Amino acid sequence: MTHSEKTPFAHRHLLDIDRLSVADINLLLDTASGYVSKSRASDKKLSLLHGRTQINLFFENSTRTRTSFELAGMRLGADVINMSVGSSSVKKGETLIDTAMTLNAMHPDILVIRHGDSGVPHLLSQKIDCAVINAGDGSHEHPTQALLDALTIRNRKGRLEGLIVAICGDILHSRVARSNIALLNIMGARVRVVGPTTLVPSNAKALGVEVYHSMKEGLRDADIVMMLRLQTERMQGAFVPSVREYFKLFGLDKKKLEMAKPDALIMHPGPMNRGVEIDSEIADDITISAISEQVEMGVAVRMACLDLFTRGGAQ
Amino acid sequence: MNAAHALLNARLLDPATNTDIVGGILIKDGLILDWGTHIKADALPDGATQEDCHGKCLSPGLVDAHAYLCEPGKEHRETMETAGYAAAAGGITTINAFPATEPVIDDPSIVEVIARRARETCAVNICITGALSKGLEGKEMAELGLLSEAGVVAFSDGQKAIGDINLMRRSLAYSTMFNKPIIVHAEEPALVGSGVMTGGRTATSMGLKAIPSCAEAILVERDIRLIAMTGATWHAAHLSTLDALNSLRRAKDEQLNVTAGTAPHYHALNDLEVGEYRTFARVSPPLREEDDRRAVVAAIKDGTIDVISSQHLPQSADSKRLPFSQAKPGVVGLETMLPVSLRLYHNRDVGLMDLLRTMTVAPAKLLGLDCGKIEIGKPADLCLFDLDKPWQLDGTLLKSKSKNTAFDGHLLQGRVLKTFVSGTVVFEL
Repeated sequence: MTHSEKTPFAHRHLLDIDRLSVADINLLLDTASGYVSKSRASDKKLSLLHGRTQINLFFENSTRTRTSFELAGMRLGADVINMSVGSSSVKKGETLIDTAMTLNAMHPDILVIRHGDSGVPHLLSQKIDCAVINAGDGSHEHPTQALLDALTIRNRKGRLEGLIVAICGDILHSRVARSNIALLNIMGARVRVVGPTTLVPSNAKALGVEVYHSMKEGLRDADIVMMLRLQTERMQGAFVPSVREYFKLFGLDKKKLEMAKPDALIMHPGPMNRGVEIDSEIADDITISAISEQVEMGVAVRMACLDLFTRGGAQ
Repeated sequence: MNAAHALLNARLLDPATNTDIVGGILIKDGLILDWGTHIKADALPDGATQEDCHGKCLSPGLVDAHAYLCEPGKEHRETMETAGYAAAAGGITTINAFPATEPVIDDPSIVEVIARRARETCAVNICITGALSKGLEGKEMAELGLLSEAGVVAFSDGQKAIGDINLMRRSLAYSTMFNKPIIVHAEEPALVGSGVMTGGRTATSMGLKAIPSCAEAILVERDIRLIAMTGATWHAAHLSTLDALNSLRRAKDEQLNVTAGTAPHYHALNDLEVGEYRTFARVSPPLREEDDRRAVVAAIKDGTIDVISSQHLPQSADSKRLPFSQAKPGVVGLETMLPVSLRLYHNRDVGLMDLLRTMTVAPAKLLGLDCGKIEIGKPADLCLFDLDKPWQLDGTLLKSKSKNTAFDGHLLQGRVLKTFVSGTVVFEL
């Protein structure tokens, strides 16, 4: 069966989690599961996307996400091009739309985009004829991160529904948090956000989460503890007074973790700031930390996304 | 075990319970064992000592919500030891020390050092307010969480207002995690500039650079909107203008967590005091015009102002004996807080119980302290005072190391006779 003969997927673009259904998410996760074993084999290459062109357009620095998308595309047999802002004409003053139109004229099949402004993938999807995959837009969403987190949780816990998931740290600026909140809510998990009052939106409850400003209370009986990265520029006085205070109040250490369920799973989208949001002792303990597994699931989930969103679904 | 000691035949005034009775207080091991009308000479435990208060007023020891003790760093002006003597002479048994020290109280280790030094040298209790911004510079938030764990009771930048509205917004939001108030100097700093006295006829005729009085209301209004958004607990250290007080009234009507204080000089003096360029009347915010002073009195009367504090700010003679615009603002106030404030009672502006409330249980509540009331089992921190005794203040006789009082030579009515901290006499006239 060739790729185009497979069951069409209902969506053409992956812009955010909200427009996915339970069935869509399950299909993405199931498909990704299938790619996990392929990625572990010595011959990792498929020819599913043979002849297709994937452009990774990254307006923000990224190592792991870009590499992950690159590997995913290569393993499916696509021709992958990386465009980063430093070497592109964007630096020469070209507008976003002009860049998009230029790329469109090259007839790519997949555009993977990361941009510092929320909503850029939405804008591009209206101007470009191929599948647009959001690899992170501003403080809005990072849907493939939420999918790989969901796959990791499903692997370890066997389900998503009914789990208590505490997302901890800088909720305000986090696209990872928004995507995870959306996905976990769709899948029936109970989501909490935990962070300082300066880093949790004051109306966070409207996202369908429980809000906590104390790790002790927020982690109580949690099945999953998802730590977020605190950006360096937010540590020094503007949002939190200092690294040492942040670590004391919101850094994950053994003591705070005791509040969670004994078999609680620790996750982090990376890269970690050890001694800021997470204690090394915990980050490196593979019995409780799923951080390496998240990275592995990342490639599989992105393979599934490239597979499904290129099946020529509805607009 | 020590024998009990009885204070008999006193007019017991406890604002926390609205009690005004003639009776006695029985003290044992520094704690209040019992109190009330039934404590009489003929009904005391065996071996109890006693003293007759001759019908004078006996109230909870006063709680001063706002004072600068200058130690560490400015010991030539005041130390915790000298401030302790001054406080005791003013009937104050608990002082809230502000963070404008050198170094600034913006690090938990400094809190511990000061608390220990206070226990060793000061005759009265000291609680500590931590800095709101690092170095009181108004640029970055101080470590409110670590300061809170170290035991500070509130956060404040003292005489500096935070001009950066985003910093204020985030500080208010952040402070809600620790359930402690932010105490602000309510004056928009950009309008204060290098002004030295309140805008008005006096400033104009004296040729002194003025601070528009609306600087106060503008900052209060700004903060009220931020408090409505963040739910923070906020206290204006010293409101002194009608407009700001009206803003506060509206905020209280909206059920926001706001309170306000003032200082004796704002209810007792107006800007005419600065006549002859008297630098000892230079304070920050500046003394206001008479209409504003009257508004302050009215606000104390109707409860809009919750707290009267000394705003004790010692300045050496060197920093006061200067041209007006170069002189440092501030007055000492520990010893005069009660007698000056009793003017409000003698002038029939404010009832005695309501007046005492602003210096006892109200500041204690603001700072989350379990004091400022007469209660069985609690430390016997008490103030015995003569409500009517007339006297003239001689600034040179103040116990404070600095003598920069605005009330030198003033005729006062009402005087502290004796002050007890945990049952021990720390001052006796």
